[in-house]
Formats: sequence, C-alpha cells, structure tokens
Amino acid sequence: MKELSALSLQQKTIKALGVNTKDAKISLSYLSVAFATLLIGGILGLVQGLQRAGLLELPPWLNYYQVLTAHGILLLLVFSTTFTIGYQYANLSHSLGGLLPKVRKLAWSGFSLMIIGVILVVTMIVLNEASVLYTFYPPLAAHPIFYVGLVFVVLGILACCFGVFINYRHWRKTHPGQTTPLLAFFAMGVFVLWFFASIGVTIEVLTLIPWSMGIVETTNVMVDRTLFWWFGHTLVNIWYLVATSAWYVIVPKIIGGRHFNEKLIRLVVILLVILNIPGGFHHQIIDPAISESIKFLHVFMSLSIAVPSLMTAFAMFAVFERAGRKKGGKGLLGWITKLPWGDVRFLAPMIAMISFIPGGAGGIVNTSNQMNQVIHNTMWVVGHFHVTVGMSVVMTFFGICYWLIPYLTKRKLTPQMNRLGVIQTIIWTVGMILMAGSQHLVGLLGDPRRTSFTTYGDHPRALSWIPYEYVMGIGASLLLLGVIIQVYAVINMMFFAPKGETTFPVAEPEDNALPAPMWTERWGLWSVLLLMVVAMAYVVPIVDMIVNAPPGSPPIKTW
Amino acid sequence: MHRLEEMWIAISSGILVIFMIIVGYQTFALGMGPPSNKEIIDPQKVDQTAPFDEPGITKIGENEYEVVMTLQTFGFNPNNIEIPAGAEVHFIMTSKDVTHGFQIAGTNINAMVMPGHIQRISHTFDKPGEYLVLCNEYCGTGHQLMSTTIVVK
Repeated sequence: MKELSALSLQQKTIKALGVNTKDAKISLSYLSVAFATLLIGGILGLVQGLQRAGLLELPPWLNYYQVLTAHGILLLLVFSTTFTIGYQYANLSHSLGGLLPKVRKLAWSGFSLMIIGVILVVTMIVLNEASVLYTFYPPLAAHPIFYVGLVFVVLGILACCFGVFINYRHWRKTHPGQTTPLLAFFAMGVFVLWFFASIGVTIEVLTLIPWSMGIVETTNVMVDRTLFWWFGHTLVNIWYLVATSAWYVIVPKIIGGRHFNEKLIRLVVILLVILNIPGGFHHQIIDPAISESIKFLHVFMSLSIAVPSLMTAFAMFAVFERAGRKKGGKGLLGWITKLPWGDVRFLAPMIAMISFIPGGAGGIVNTSNQMNQVIHNTMWVVGHFHVTVGMSVVMTFFGICYWLIPYLTKRKLTPQMNRLGVIQTIIWTVGMILMAGSQHLVGLLGDPRRTSFTTYGDHPRALSWIPYEYVMGIGASLLLLGVIIQVYAVINMMFFAPKGETTFPVAEPEDNALPAPMWTERWGLWSVLLLMVVAMAYVVPIVDMIVNAPPGSPPIKTW
Repeated sequence: MHRLEEMWIAISSGILVIFMIIVGYQTFALGMGPPSNKEIIDPQKVDQTAPFDEPGITKIGENEYEVVMTLQTFGFNPNNIEIPAGAEVHFIMTSKDVTHGFQIAGTNINAMVMPGHIQRISHTFDKPGEYLVLCNEYCGTGHQLMSTTIVVK
C-alpha cells in the first residue's frame, strides 16, 4: 500500500512537471529520423512519379527501380517504424508515469541498431546492389549486406518490443488490480503484433543471407514469399492500430468529447492483434502452389478484420456526434458543424478516418478471390495503399505532430503554425485524391504497378494510360509540397516555436462509464490465440510448400 | 454493450457471411477461382522438361488451344500469338529465372508465374483485337519491356 501511494505520488509529480526529459529525448530522436526519412522518401516519390509519366528522364547512374526500392523501404519501413516508436514510447512514458531506466536503454539500443541497419540497406541500394524493391522477392538476390542491414532493423524493432513488454509488466506488478491506461494498452497491442509479425521476415532473411553469399545453393521461393507477407501485411495493420490509438484516445479530447466505451475499444485492439497475421495471404491469391480451398479460408481470415474496423467506424462517429451535440449541434447532422474543423489536430486525423472508408472498401476488393485477379499488381494496388497508408495512417501521424512535438519540446502550437498545418492538410488531401484516384482508375484499365515509363511499343492500350499518369505526376508534386511544409512544421515545433506548456490530450471516459474489464489484460492468452489463428492459416500451406517443394532457385541478379 | 452497438456488430458480421457465401459460390460452383495450380518443375531444367521443351501453341479441339509458355527476363516464349475469335485458350506457364506476372490488359487474366511452379489459366477471347500481354511483377532492369501481343482475328 505504501509503495502504491509512493508511486502515485511519483506519477503526480511527473504530471505536474509535464514531460520526462529523458523519455522525450528518445521520442524526439525517433521522430527526427522519421521526418528526415520522409523528406528523402518524398523527393524520391516525386522523381518516380514524373519518370513514370514520361516527364522526366533519369540520369544514367540512377535507375527507376533503385528509386522505387529506396522510396518503398524509406517510407514504408523506416518512416512508419521510427514515427510509431517515437509516438508509442511517448504514450507509454506519459500514461505509465515515465519509462524504466532499462527500458530507456533498450529504446536507445533499438535506435542504434536501426540506424546501423538503415545505413547498410541504403548503401546497398545506392550502389545498385539491391534493386529488389521493398518486397525483395527471391530469387532476385541483393547483396548479402542488404539482408544483414534488414536483420539489424528487425533487431532494433525487437529491442523496442521488449522495452514495452518490460515496462508494461512492471506497471502491472506495481498496480495490482488496476487496468492499464488505454494508451499503454494500445502500445501493448502494437508491439505484441510487431513481435509476432517480425518472426516471419526474420526467418526469411536469415535463410537469404547464406543463400545470397553462395553458401547455400538454392532457396524455396514460395516459402520466402509467404513469410514476407506474414510480416509485410501485418506491418500495414500495425500502423493502422497506431493510428486508431490516436482516433480513439486523442481525437475525442481535442474535440472536447469523451472516449467511447472502453470495453469495446479494448475488444477492437484484441481482435486486431489476434486476427491480423493471416491477412498477408491475400497478397498471394493468384499465386501457384496454394489450393483454392486454402485460399478461400484466407479470404475469410483476411476479411475478418473488417469487423473490428467497422466497430471503430461506429464508435468514432458516435463520439463525434455526442461531442457535437454537447456543443449545441441541432438536428440530424447539425453536430457536424460544431466540430473544430479549423484545428489541424482534429482536421488531419478526421480526413484520415474518412479516407479509411474508401481505403477499407478497396481492401475488401483486394482481399476477395475474383476481384483480386482484376486488380492484382496493377496501379490500383498502388492507389489503394496510398489511400490507406498515405492518408489514413500518415495524416493521423501528421496530426499527432502538432501536439506531440510541442509537448515533448515544452513549446506551444501557435495559431500561425496551426493555420500552416491546415493548409498542409488540404494540399496533402488534394494531392492524394489526384494521385491515388488516378492510380485506382488506371489500374482498372490494366496499367501495371512497379514498372518504369513504357508505352509497350506504342500499344494503344498503354498509350491510353498516359493521361492518368500525368494526373499522378501532378498529385505527386502536390504531395512533395506537403512533405516540405510538414517537415518545416516539425523542425519549427522542435526548435523555434515559443516556449510554453502543451498538454498531452488524453480523453476521459463518459461519467457513467463502466470500468474496463480486467480480462482484457490477458496478453498471454491473446498471444496464444494469435498463434492458434496463425497455425490455422499457415501450417497446411507452408508444410505443403516444403514437402511438395520443387528444386529451389539459385540467386539471380537481373539489374 | 449498447443495443445499437450490438446491432452494428451483427450487421457487420452478417455482411461478412453473405460476402463469403457469394465468393464461395463463384469459386466452387461457377469455377471462377483464382489460378492455383500445384504442379512443380525444376526451375534450372525448364528447357529439358516436357512440355516446356517445346513452347508453342497447339490446337486441342474445336476452337480450343493450349499455349505452353516460358517466361524469362525479359520476354515471353512463344510471343505474338494469333488465334481466331471465340477461341478458348489454356495457358500453361512457368518461369526460367525470377518471379514474373502474366497479365493480359483488358481481360481478367492475371497470374503469378514463379520459378519451380507451373501455373495454368484459361480464357475465351470473344472480341477480336490486339491484346497487350505484359509482365506485372518487377523482374529486373528491362521489366518495362517485357510484353507481347495476342492477336484475335
């Protein structure tokens, strides 16, 4: 009891003092890497968009696929990962009353490991030794150092996973009978999922290292591909879970409302964690070597995460309506006008959430057997993940910056900066609608993804795609402008904004809310259920791919 | 939980079930399942293994053809195929090197063709015209050049 009150006293001091400086340094370091990466990745995105439309010729020392590999790895892997860790560790530090010293050490080790890894990977891409795109499907073989770099990145992620687990366990032990704060619960969901997601790609990369060095002669390309998507698609949903943590817990506070029923929120997190990994299989719907009946099971398993997503849609709109009505919104839709549309901390995540409606619908198309065959590996897919990742996730991340960074640096969000943020949000939204919209349309007409500018010998069908590619180029230009404004805003809020107090916006439950049920904290059980779902999806096809494997493939360099 | 929440969850799950019934019906009753062939081959001995030792087009029935095709950076063999309108064509494909994608723009033909695996997909070409066949999985520096045509007369 004594320990408890001492701890709560400690927590109160932290709350009174605001941010823990040592923890803030961790988050700020991760965020700095994130936005430096965003700038480089964004520039590469525009280069690629213009090349694709035939508007820009690359110099002979640079090829399109090199640029594409770097764009994918820097944004999908490095930007999203470093932002997530910076933000989630801030959440953890805030809601658990500071990080433990050993957790801080783990976060710093993770940081160093990731930096080493990224330098190795990027060097190989720049040297044109790894133009294998971010999926690095064997038997395309990159330089062994590329894979070694990836191992370092994964080790960095794992260090951060263990940091979260240790801090969570410590808090639970010192707070018997209490449920963890909601943001810490989300962090557990994110890192538990990340831990299990990493297993697939770790096994893959570890087998590819000796293969690319020539120690092992051949590799099983189907197994590698399956293990990649075990990780690759789960990663997408990790970002999505990170974004939903802000939707459920932060956004309600910003609009002056309360968060939704905590039991439902926790249930959504648990379902997203348990059901997620088999979703990777829908990237392989038109692959050989997996039977139709197994694919049918995968369609069901991939689609099952639509249920928690629809629950999120319900909960969020309920929160908005309640907050809007409390502020005097009348009639069926009057509450919409009462929402703070001029506040970037609301506007950016709100557009992110709205874009999840077409994003999710597109995802259902991609996940289902026959429709997948229409759009697989066409520009549609590129449009799809620019809506889901580039809008739903990234705009939420951008919105988070406008309170998180001033909070961490003990500065203030000025009205000017807010206005710039609103402009940035509008530019980004228009850019994405133009780019992703035309990608969706031209994809339906058959334009393939991951292909540099080509007219296929002036084939009329290929020529008909070019106008859409111009629109993509215009969208990409607006997006780079958006990136530049965002990076400027981040630098300003890190170093130049006026000093002041920024609060960490965490929503409270409704007054009559029931306490969160204790059973939701059973992470051991959720992990077992996750593994059971993984076993259901993976054991039969992977055993089949290994037992009935063809002779393997040697490493091949085709660039 | 609130009554409206329960209804919403019930409706969401219900939609999922209906969706799966439709997808299942199309896949198993109408034979519209995705290409999922399970035959295997030694990817380093494609040229010596039947039927890929003789890639080409064979007439196997009344306006029905079989195309045995190998894919390799950066081309299709055979290429520039010609068939009469209304022909049903069965493609049997494998890769001699890396992973390729076989797509015929403007049709629903889309399949991954991977080394070590034999992929099969069929299509009836009702409309005459020059169809663009392309590789839709990145396969190397010349990936954007990897294309051919199917002329339907």
